[in-house]
Amino acid sequence: MSDHHAPGAAAAQEEHEEHEHPSWKQYKWVALILLVITVVEVWVYYTPFAKSPYFNPFLITMSAVKFGIVVQMYMHLKYDHKLFRALFFGPLLIAMFTVTALLFLFHQLPPLF
Amino acid sequence: MATAVTHEAHEAHDTHEHVHYTSTGLDNRKVAIWAFIGSECMLFASLISTYLIYKGRSRVGPLPHEIWTSPSGQIFQPILNIPVTSASTFVLLMSSLVMVLALAAVENRGKPGYVGTLLGNSKFWLAATALMGATFLGFQAYEFTSFVHEGLTIKTNLFGSSFFTLTGFHGAHVTAGVLWLLTLLAIDIKRGLTPKDAILVDICALYWHFVDVVWIAIFTLVYLIK
Repeated sequence: MSDHHAPGAAAAQEEHEEHEHPSWKQYKWVALILLVITVVEVWVYYTPFAKSPYFNPFLITMSAVKFGIVVQMYMHLKYDHKLFRALFFGPLLIAMFTVTALLFLFHQLPPLF
Repeated sequence: MATAVTHEAHEAHDTHEHVHYTSTGLDNRKVAIWAFIGSECMLFASLISTYLIYKGRSRVGPLPHEIWTSPSGQIFQPILNIPVTSASTFVLLMSSLVMVLALAAVENRGKPGYVGTLLGNSKFWLAATALMGATFLGFQAYEFTSFVHEGLTIKTNLFGSSFFTLTGFHGAHVTAGVLWLLTLLAIDIKRGLTPKDAILVDICALYWHFVDVVWIAIFTLVYLIK
């Protein structure tokens, strides 16, 4: 059993060695960027821009950037095995498609045609 | 025969204890946590969809962003408290930073720069992450209590039902995360976590960061988008 898994274990070890985790300095910068984006989001909420039609797309974009940073850096998906990326982004894409479809279905988004 | 079986079982147990690799060459616990996180994406997508579908369809107040006047003339102010929620969001975001420091402390135990320093004190970072999670839950308890006092319960309107369900589920996940962190802290205090145990902290950290990214989505979609 041990022999059967040994090549896999070695591969995983190589994989791990190939991809270093971010350093403390990178983590610090990531936290600062997340903080700045959140401050901007909340600040914009209280400005006249909140009444603009671009407000919601702006917030969703900022939120997506934060989401991506946490997933790639803190969850170190950027440095991890592609199977983990598939296990996360596969269901995430299905989930996002489902949310969008339901919003169209219940007329919470403007019709496409 | 029985001895041979026992020996084989013991050997298998030993192998299981020390080798956790699947045929993919990856640790089975890590594959499992990513698969679990993937399924959690679906769960929260369904809850967020429900909230967004019901958004703006409540027949009675209180409402999230709008003033509502009841038929009896009572005026209800917009119920969402953005400054308080911004503070709790800040706490949760920073808890993710503290969590990666806890993982780094365990992974690098005994290495130069970590021995005898705060950076290498995994107990401190695990306790700090749990404390920040508990602070977030305190903010949520305050928010829920104030909403109930202002007349919004899970039964009041569509907003109340979908809001309490969505944020309540998230709060339950944070609670589970805090308990998980406290368990790791107890292990660290009792016998000390070594670099060999880094996987235990790693999977907990993945769960914790996932709870954080879900909140990033909720904060924008529920609290900021009008």
